[in-house]
Amino acid sequence: MNRRRFLKRGVAALGATVAAGSAHAQAPAPDDPSKVLGGPKRPYGERSRFERAARGVPQPATKTDEWGPSVTPLGESMGIITPSSLHFEVHRGGVADIDPKKHRLLIHGMVDRPVILTVDDVKRLPSVSRIYFIECAGNTLTEWEGPDAPTVDWTHGLTSCSEWAGVPLALLLREVGVRKGASWIVAEGADATGNERSIPLAKAMTDILVAYGQNGEAIRPENGYPLRLIVPGWEGNVSVKWLRRLTVTDRPYMSRIESVDHTSLMPDGKARRFMFVMEAKSVITFPSGGQRVSGPGFYEITGLAWSGRGRIRRVEVSTDAGKTWRDATLQQPVLPFAHSRFGLPWRWDGREAVLQSRCTDETGYVQPTLRELVKVRGVNSKFHLNAIQSWKVDADGRVKNVHV
Amino acid sequence: MVASRTSMSSRLALAAALVALVAAAWPAAAQLPTYGLGRAPTAEEIKAWDLTIPPDGQGLPPGRGTAALGKPVYVQRCAICHGETGTDPKYFVLVGGRGTLNTDKPLKTIGSYWPYATTLWSYVRRTQPFDEPGSLTPDEVYAVTAYLLHLNGIVKEDDVLDATTLPRIQMPNRDGFVPDARPDVGRRPKTPPR
Repeated sequence: MNRRRFLKRGVAALGATVAAGSAHAQAPAPDDPSKVLGGPKRPYGERSRFERAARGVPQPATKTDEWGPSVTPLGESMGIITPSSLHFEVHRGGVADIDPKKHRLLIHGMVDRPVILTVDDVKRLPSVSRIYFIECAGNTLTEWEGPDAPTVDWTHGLTSCSEWAGVPLALLLREVGVRKGASWIVAEGADATGNERSIPLAKAMTDILVAYGQNGEAIRPENGYPLRLIVPGWEGNVSVKWLRRLTVTDRPYMSRIESVDHTSLMPDGKARRFMFVMEAKSVITFPSGGQRVSGPGFYEITGLAWSGRGRIRRVEVSTDAGKTWRDATLQQPVLPFAHSRFGLPWRWDGREAVLQSRCTDETGYVQPTLRELVKVRGVNSKFHLNAIQSWKVDADGRVKNVHV
Repeated sequence: MVASRTSMSSRLALAAALVALVAAAWPAAAQLPTYGLGRAPTAEEIKAWDLTIPPDGQGLPPGRGTAALGKPVYVQRCAICHGETGTDPKYFVLVGGRGTLNTDKPLKTIGSYWPYATTLWSYVRRTQPFDEPGSLTPDEVYAVTAYLLHLNGIVKEDDVLDATTLPRIQMPNRDGFVPDARPDVGRRPKTPPR
């Protein structure tokens, strides 16, 4: 699969979507809304008709559109939470259509009490809620060999952050009684490709959730309704959507996705596998590719930072292509395994500038340059590109993706 | 049961009714003991879903197939997306690429990259054909697996694949994988935190 070509096609598709949106022009809003009776109440809210942020949905590169990603419009993001309707998607067999009354979760294998649970059963258990990002391992993969995608949506839009509600997997595993010698779980979804991943039991006993809630309501179908795993800080694919089976085992099962697709080929021809952790990464969302600053003057440079190893400790911003750096302000809350929002006041003088952000997480790990990554991994490892991103502001205020 | 061994005095009948009521609300077979929730799965329920096959072949069902038998299945059910030969770059390429993994243009296919034949069997069984997932019989899956391995020069046309022979296949790139080596890049901050 040539994913680069795939994404390029998608850029054109996004442009078409935006054009269609503005063509929808309706009656103008009143000049003084206080002099006109407002609209009716609505049982399920909608955003203002003047808002246009939408996921970028690529044109299908195959015969079907059930396979592939849609990206979060990070360029228009605010705060740290991604609206559920804008959370990125990746599917390999389409969005499963699931009646929660018929859905079941099976837990079996090396356990004392194998169990089948209904969704209602899961919802009766003691619950928790946590704010976690999910990032696809393939996020930013277009950028290995040069600036490719034009906007932050298409370079970095395979990450999103939600409040997830559900049950700790450790609670379920303690209840069913994991047998001595078990060391992995295999999680499987109920969709057409039955996405399945082997996950070390130690992580399952630490912080994985079996979630049913997202941002205050049921998880959206495209994000795994009615049940999904949430595996904090690890590549998104292990947070198995439409979860229906957990098998407790003593070894990884080497499913296609983990033994083939989600492996990273190194220059010596060997490939790394089970690359779970998403390393610290940040990106400026404003000003970013495809945007335009309207003239010299004050702007807040803002963006997102996150780490699969815990909290973000520091974000620095450069406006001179990395020659000098200033500490950005981290907005509260700064949570482990969550997007953190940073900002830096900036007075643009109207001259060319190259903007970069560089984050450090609580382990001391510092986001690397692309050159550093390529030196070790070459350009064919595909996944886990977490390099510093550069945006060039031209004298006319237009912003574009560059490598420096 | 208490009631079956005892004369049905009204008191015992009441006790039995109470036991039944409690049992209905709190099933004795509850698999989550703290919460009294969940039921035990049947063997059939587990068998219907547990189709993930690890490299040692555990769980492979009866059945058999050869590349010769798999070719017509492939042509009829798979070629529309993968092409007649599995080598056409217009499709998802399945064949070829041996010796390219350490070059500038690596070609990752079943033959050049996949470490285990069981993975291929399991993936085809559960997810293929794309628009009719899970519709191939175990015999057809063994046969299509054999055909794809034959196109990649890994089995002969008449080699029989079944639950015993499939896990024994040595894929060319079986030893081509290493553990995650990160953090492999990254450094301390140049300027101390303020």
